[in-house]
Amino acid sequence: MKFLVQQQPAFVYTGGKPFDPVRPSVVFIHGAANDHSVWTLQARYFAHHGWNAMAVDLPGHGKSFGDAKTSIAANADWIINLLDNGAIGAAALVGHSMGSLIALDCAARHGARVSQIALLGASAPMPVSDELLDAARHRPDEAFAMLNIWGHSPQLKWGRNPTPGTSSMMAYRRLLEQSRPGVLANDLAACQGFVPDDAFLACVTMPALVVAGSRDLMTPAKSSQALAARIAGCRFALIDGSGHAMMQEAPGSTLDTLKTFLKP
Amino acid sequence: MSPKYPHLDTLAVHAGQSPDPATGARAVPIYQTASFVFPDADTAASLFNLERAGHVYSRISNPTLSVFEERMAALEGAPAAVAVASGQAALHLAIATLMGAGSHIVASHALYGGSHNLLSYTLPRFGIDTSFVNGRDADAWRAAIRPNTRLLFGETVGNPGLDVLNIPVVADIAHAHGLPLMVDATLTTPFLSRPVSQGADIVMHSATKFLSGHGVVIGGVLIDGGTFNWEASGKFPTLTEPYEGFHGMVMSEESSVAAFALRARREGLRDFGAAMAPMTAFQILQGLETLHVRMPRHVENTRKIVAFLAAHKVVAAVTYPELASHPDHDLAGKLLPAGAGAVVSFDLKGGPGKAKAAGKAFIEKLALFSHLANIGDAKSLVIHPASTTHFRMDAAALHAAGISGGTIRLSIGIEHADDLIEDLSKALYAAGKVAGVAASA
Repeated sequence: MKFLVQQQPAFVYTGGKPFDPVRPSVVFIHGAANDHSVWTLQARYFAHHGWNAMAVDLPGHGKSFGDAKTSIAANADWIINLLDNGAIGAAALVGHSMGSLIALDCAARHGARVSQIALLGASAPMPVSDELLDAARHRPDEAFAMLNIWGHSPQLKWGRNPTPGTSSMMAYRRLLEQSRPGVLANDLAACQGFVPDDAFLACVTMPALVVAGSRDLMTPAKSSQALAARIAGCRFALIDGSGHAMMQEAPGSTLDTLKTFLKP
Repeated sequence: MSPKYPHLDTLAVHAGQSPDPATGARAVPIYQTASFVFPDADTAASLFNLERAGHVYSRISNPTLSVFEERMAALEGAPAAVAVASGQAALHLAIATLMGAGSHIVASHALYGGSHNLLSYTLPRFGIDTSFVNGRDADAWRAAIRPNTRLLFGETVGNPGLDVLNIPVVADIAHAHGLPLMVDATLTTPFLSRPVSQGADIVMHSATKFLSGHGVVIGGVLIDGGTFNWEASGKFPTLTEPYEGFHGMVMSEESSVAAFALRARREGLRDFGAAMAPMTAFQILQGLETLHVRMPRHVENTRKIVAFLAAHKVVAAVTYPELASHPDHDLAGKLLPAGAGAVVSFDLKGGPGKAKAAGKAFIEKLALFSHLANIGDAKSLVIHPASTTHFRMDAAALHAAGISGGTIRLSIGIEHADDLIEDLSKALYAAGKVAGVAASA
């Protein structure tokens, strides 16, 4: 469904159920140059199990209008504005990669609006190599290949995708190719620029979970675990064998991990 | 160093598969089962509602088929594929997924006879009409498009006239009208042509042919290129509006890159049921693993035989896109640099009066070539299209497709070229005697 956020139409996938803010809300936030569709399996589950599921297309991404935000903070403010427009007091936030930083920023700066956070494929800081950033700015196809190949576990390079009939690598490649010009470079720069210190992370007081894939090359499990250790009371879960794109590589384990953590 | 995508040769052997996690089997297991046990009631409901990935019932999906589908998607550089019972089932599934009664298709007239039958005679009964155009005439494609047109369709190399479809040009025409282009790439396979990279949005194959390569199965596959913007087009409510057959699911919201394949599977396989058998998928996979080795040999043999036929006294004309005399010679060089396939047509001398009898003598004299209705086998094959594969077409349609009474179609296999040429030589001698043209055996 479409919302109006900051005067621009924004698309939110509601998992096959009508938007209903009376139910507990969970907002799924995608990563760099992605869109809501990376969450459809998980969002459908929560939507059909008592939650008001909202997988967003961030501004400038997917079906949402407007320019992509140039900072994590601006994206976080946009998420809070989305909650405002949906008359949602507080929501659980689930973010992947860049989306995890947006969720983290919301949690630290808008704690009253966030009931719990799940950070998937997360690290903070989230360094981006000069090689990737340069490719994203000047040779996007090369950057897409880097993200695609580094973003999946080595096995997924060959296949055996859990979703029947779908090539995870080729589907992700096409998703990146569909992103608007410059959006990947913009998003990666936003990730690079978000460096929370301990005082900032101390503001995160709601239940928190960090989820890592054991074969993640983009945000290695060690870095994810380090982030979890800096957030008070934060839990850590490892998805064995998965790379960075855990929602596609290990959708069942990802869902089960979120199911165990998120409380209405 | 920048990471690189795997080469096609490696994908043909490995894509979609890893050693079986349950047994360690290196070959793809044949999951010969109708259905799959649910671990618990919640998981069962989630699988039905697409909240979890996995298999429920083999009409919709099956692990052996999934390997084939994923391998084909990878080879075509596409997000998703749907395996079906035959190439014809693939064509029907694509059309039924995209449109309903009152819709219209524009197709090249250079099509496989079975496709021509479906479009020309059968689909009108269900309210879907087709206009056939000269595939080489860009203006004809444009002029045939109507407000209710929903698809442009052609073959990479039209069977049997061997017209080369100018995919980039026809794709541009389609896209300018908010329409997708579907291409039947049966004759070329991903090793000679990858239509999605040239602008096509949907690709279909008869997997019976070169993909499986050994003439042992009937199968087809439909590939969603993930390139077409269904929502921007606004002409495809099956993909962009709530589908009550799946609790109001909107396919283009569920999948940003494979909405077409999603609907084809969740509606088309479910309701029409033209599913591929697991054993069939396994056999096609055995063929796919050597496709990159077989296709160059097919092409190499074909080039030698084309050269032999072109110089033969009994042969009136040879049709193969790599010949300078072929109208698509330049286009073939551009779009099919690795080869224009392994199907070649030729006409025997003798004129209208004797050519048909000469053709009969030719076919009956062949010993190594098999006279049958198929192409793309490791074995070399021969047929007389006017009396077999295209016999339902009237004279005008035959002429438009480049078929005369004396046209012979060969599908060149991977035997030694010298043995094939010897067989052809003897048969041409026999044909020459009937046609009254001297030829030495």
